[in-house]
Amino acid sequence: MRDAADRYGRGTIILHWLIAVLILGLLVLGFVMTRPWIDPALQFSLYQWHKSFGMLTLLLAVVRLLHSLLGARVRPPTGLGHLERRMSKAMHLLLATLAVIVPLAGWAVASASPLEIPTFAFNLIDVPHLPLQKSDAGEAFWSTTHARLAYSILALVALHSTAALYHHYGRRDDVLLRMLGRAKTPAGKPSTECVP
Amino acid sequence: MKRISVLSMGFAAVLALTAHAQSPDVPKLADVAGRYAITQSSRIGFTVGQVGGGGIKGVFGNFAGTFDLRADDLAHSAVSFELRPESVSTGQARIDNFLRSGAVFDTTHFDRISFRSARVEQTGRDTARIVGTLTAKGRSSSETFDVTLANRQGNRITFNVTGRIFRSRYGMDVGTPIYSNVVQFDMLINGQR
Ligand code: HEM
Repeated sequence: MRDAADRYGRGTIILHWLIAVLILGLLVLGFVMTRPWIDPALQFSLYQWHKSFGMLTLLLAVVRLLHSLLGARVRPPTGLGHLERRMSKAMHLLLATLAVIVPLAGWAVASASPLEIPTFAFNLIDVPHLPLQKSDAGEAFWSTTHARLAYSILALVALHSTAALYHHYGRRDDVLLRMLGRAKTPAGKPSTECVP
Repeated sequence: MKRISVLSMGFAAVLALTAHAQSPDVPKLADVAGRYAITQSSRIGFTVGQVGGGGIKGVFGNFAGTFDLRADDLAHSAVSFELRPESVSTGQARIDNFLRSGAVFDTTHFDRISFRSARVEQTGRDTARIVGTLTAKGRSSSETFDVTLANRQGNRITFNVTGRIFRSRYGMDVGTPIYSNVVQFDMLINGQR
């Protein structure tokens, strides 16, 4: 996972895309499973899958957050203004933090619910409930919080992806490519410079 | 699936009576023989365990049944029990509604759960085993209930009836393995002659 100054380590890249796929999948799953018209047996099982993949995401997101706080930084692409750099840093920190907070809030929903449905991750690990008081009001509070934070992360992911696509197609630098592990251009040089 | 226990109780009573026929402190079979109606004071309780301990506990409030204790032919004593699954109550409305839904009882299409005994075997001085057919959600399966005579007073008789039912046999295995496949019935069946 060690990152060089101008490229991401393989671990960072895998973690980034794995968490991205998990979060998008969980957003779709979370939305579908909470529709009132859904078959109750299917709903029960979708909730359990959601909680299992959600706990996995929490685990990976904690690793990723610690790594981004403690690990080496990859240099920002050249040609970015001061404000752009600060904005992109802030966005990445916010995304990494929300990736931890959103599943934590989901865990709180399951923990505060008086239904006391166990979180039996992948039918293998009995994840204990967080020490929260159980009540309908507590469950409703965490449910709203979890939903709002989850849809905020979706909005931020949209901005983040738009920025990545802008770098690739607009500025033609290697910001997207290096997270795909394909940046071939020398560090910091926009890929356009390689084109005759 | 809980109705089964009522039937079992009737059988147990029969057995108990026969067993006691020899000792002076035990009611004579002829004394307890007869046809009993299961009264509303009975309690049809059940538990489904869950991962990590605890589980869902509930009762069925709406049920009816009879048992025939035969003085001359215990093995052919008969129990017939029926319960309305929509009367399930766990203390959690969301769980009750889930149990009534198509995921579990599907009460819109199957409004009764019934048990008919096939035979009764005496297993001890005041215990018996009732074997019969449980029908729920359109599926029938042979089930066994253990009956213990708890009390007898005049025309009233009380049995403890227990049984373990695999819900997967009745298309109700939603939520396994988080929730056990086994529904443990613990019933108190009061009969009135
Ligand atoms: C990054 C991880 C996660 C994301 C993106 C996510 C996303 C979502 C979304 C979009 C919803 C639907 C909100 C709504 O429209 O009402 C939802 C609901 C839910 N999530 Fe998550 N979730 C995550 C992790 C978790 C975890 C780890 C758990 C529990 C262990 C969990 C438990 C729940 C529960 C119980 C609900 C239903 C709340 C309700 O009934 O209103 N989630 N989630």
